[in-house]
Amino acid sequence: MSIASQALDAIAGVVGPRWVRGDQASRETYASDGLSTLHALPGAVVLPGSRDELLRVVRILAHHGVPFVARGAGTGLSGGAVANADAVVLGLTRLTRILDLDPENRRAVVEPGVINTRLSKAAAPYGLHYAPDPSSQTACTVGGNVAENAGGPHCLKYGVTTQHVLALEVVLPSGDVVELGSPGGEPWGPDLVGVFVGSEGTFGIATRITVRLTPLPTAVRTLLADFDSLRAAGEAVSAIIASGIVPAALEMMDGTCVRVVEASIYRAGYPTDAAAVLLVEVDGRDETAVADLAEAAAAHLRRAGARSVRSAREAAERERLWQGRKKTFGALGRLSPDLVVQDAVVPRSALPDVLEAISAIAARYGVTVGNVFHAGDGNLHPNITFDRRDADQRHRVQRAAAEMMQVCIAAGGTITGEHGVGIDKLRYMADLFDPSTLGAMRAVRRVFDPAERANPGKVIPVRSCREWSGSFGHRADASVVPAVTAEPAS
Amino acid sequence: MTRPALTDRLRQLLGNEAVADGDDAPPLVLPTDEATCALLLRTASVEGWRVAIVGAGTWMPPPSAADLRLGTARLDALGPVDPADLVATALAGVRWDTLRRGLGDQHVWLAQDAPGGNRTLGSVLATGTTGPLRSGFGPLRDQVLGLSLVTGDGRVLHVGGRVVKNVAGYDLAKLALGTFGAFGVITRVHLRLRAVPRADCTLSIPGTRDDLLEAGREVLASGLTPAALELLSPAAAKSQPWLLAVRLLGSDTEVSAEQTAVQAVLPGTATHHRGSDAAAVWDRPLETAVTAPVTVRVGATPATLDEALDLVALHLDEPIADWIMATLSAGVVRWSGTATPEALRRLRRAAAEHEWPMTLERAPWHVRAEVGHFGAYREGVVRIVQGLRASFDPAGVLVTSIDPPP
Repeated sequence: MSIASQALDAIAGVVGPRWVRGDQASRETYASDGLSTLHALPGAVVLPGSRDELLRVVRILAHHGVPFVARGAGTGLSGGAVANADAVVLGLTRLTRILDLDPENRRAVVEPGVINTRLSKAAAPYGLHYAPDPSSQTACTVGGNVAENAGGPHCLKYGVTTQHVLALEVVLPSGDVVELGSPGGEPWGPDLVGVFVGSEGTFGIATRITVRLTPLPTAVRTLLADFDSLRAAGEAVSAIIASGIVPAALEMMDGTCVRVVEASIYRAGYPTDAAAVLLVEVDGRDETAVADLAEAAAAHLRRAGARSVRSAREAAERERLWQGRKKTFGALGRLSPDLVVQDAVVPRSALPDVLEAISAIAARYGVTVGNVFHAGDGNLHPNITFDRRDADQRHRVQRAAAEMMQVCIAAGGTITGEHGVGIDKLRYMADLFDPSTLGAMRAVRRVFDPAERANPGKVIPVRSCREWSGSFGHRADASVVPAVTAEPAS
Repeated sequence: MTRPALTDRLRQLLGNEAVADGDDAPPLVLPTDEATCALLLRTASVEGWRVAIVGAGTWMPPPSAADLRLGTARLDALGPVDPADLVATALAGVRWDTLRRGLGDQHVWLAQDAPGGNRTLGSVLATGTTGPLRSGFGPLRDQVLGLSLVTGDGRVLHVGGRVVKNVAGYDLAKLALGTFGAFGVITRVHLRLRAVPRADCTLSIPGTRDDLLEAGREVLASGLTPAALELLSPAAAKSQPWLLAVRLLGSDTEVSAEQTAVQAVLPGTATHHRGSDAAAVWDRPLETAVTAPVTVRVGATPATLDEALDLVALHLDEPIADWIMATLSAGVVRWSGTATPEALRRLRRAAAEHEWPMTLERAPWHVRAEVGHFGAYREGVVRIVQGLRASFDPAGVLVTSIDPPP
């Protein structure tokens, strides 16, 4: 089904013809997000240049009953920003104003297209930053972070996006505008801000976002510990968490990831013979206190069997250690052309067993897995490298990924900690939630969007995942195996 | 149906032991499991019985408009508690003090200090009550990983999970928190815990309201985020004049460094409280909070707290004689005292002009019914709230006062 020309003409009258893209090449640009094998050409792409233009466009779409998919930078990893031919992609990357920076109240008001790191840079002169730090933070937008309830390495200490959003102005799919929350963060009735954050664009579009800013730490220590086994590294994670130390970040990389990073331009000095390394960062506002915390963390690491524990001596070394971690996904491209980036969470004490189970699954299916993840949160990213041109390999990867998800669910975990459900995880939702709970979620969605025109087909399966995934176009050569080749947002 | 007839009917449906002996109040049903809650609410939806959720019945008077009361006091199990994962599960009827003691026995801690030790965990959650630790650890919702909720029509929902990070599906737990039972009865909760801090330091300094507000802002401007940073009125602190209280938690060296940093920006030498003396600084105002019939919460910003305090004084408390705690980092004022519905409405209208929501936390039923917990919603939001209410409680059996007052 194509989009009514009257609707597109009316939209062009609002935003200007230049910002309505219907040609094949433009639509192709928006056919995937960070999950590049999920592919569908949208009916059109519209790029409003202001909040008011966006509101008028949404109202035109409502009038004509056209579905839409709001899209930030397109760095998401669950297919959440992919649209079918009957839908319009609303690109929000021109809504980039920081509307207010209020150091006294530690808050900022931004438009949805503001890039995550730009906000932190703007707040830095005041000794503040925007704490959620997904790996894609140099590209991803605050609006996208709100939609996905994005996380990042430092969310272990500072919390995920929902803990940093105080208020929202939202345009509902009907075109009505509502104000949720309050400038100080106190809910105005039920916590609708909390319900909206993480709704993956299915409730409407946040047009103004009030976020909390967090003081920058003035003292930081980053430790690198290496281990002979994943199990020992996992046990070290449990020991640190149970001890009461709250690291700013606690990240794990397995030997596969270590070696690809060290072979790449992102070489960080990780020991290439290690089975796993942990990056542990502690921070605060007092050098002595942070040094003490680092020493306590180092003691736990050594007791858990770390072969060595190294503290970054200077800022440049710390940045190199972090760059290696954040660029691991890209470096994994050295192994094969495609990559499945999985995202699941398990209880932290289950990490050693789950990591071993993942290794066993990988061995059984003959696939290569690189684990690089937020260990302190139990937020796993088992990444499977493969070549999409090999049908047998694709099939094995798909089955291995599904088994890994089941292992995480069986361990008391969940199917996504920060990437969202999108299309990719629809197939697991019924494994996690009973029909009553799924039905309640869908009913809530319909309160915000009775016709389900906002990001249709995402988050909640109707009866089975096949109905939903069947409604989207996939690359013929990729089946439904999700894969990324771009820099991911985790 | 008469009360005795309804009591008989409930006993037939749920068993004699599930229904407490009646007095002058509507029958009290005390389920021991989720399935009984579900059966009761399913039946109530069919029969049109109006149900008041009451927890242990200690926090505020139940709605008088209900046909029956649903108490959670027998849903009182704690566990499992997993110190290694810093996660615990508790049934909603466990008493707040019992929960905290039970966690403490395992050397873990829930970073919340809401008042009312004898109330249930479900009461704390459903009323969205927080204490001073909100400064350092956020509102109560930040400590809830998942929960089970029996909706008004008896469906059992399991939302969130038992892990510390989770974005699978919509976060429906947020609807159950702070909404006074309007979406169902919370039966089970998964909580995020912390290890008990090694060091716990409380500082306090007396002064005038405005001097202490300024001092509190200086603490925040220095980049510190204390575990608690509260301005207490004389009635709350039980001392003269006002008091600024600061709580610091963490390792010994962290707390020692923060103590020095805080002292450096205070306008005089602070008193350093230890042990039971420190506990009293925090417990005293929380205990007295519940002696007055009405508690309201106004959500301003840190920079506008003085205006918010003026507004509260103007409409409720002139001259200041009542209980006030102001959480500086959150910009929240909590007031307890006696107030007429008209005074509360005036305060709410005045606060709304500043974009500050006013929540009626506690009050007798007739005040709640007249003023509403939240008052009138903003344009467009009322339709959403009513839609959500209808999807969770289609027959409208849950008696609540979150709907806009007439």
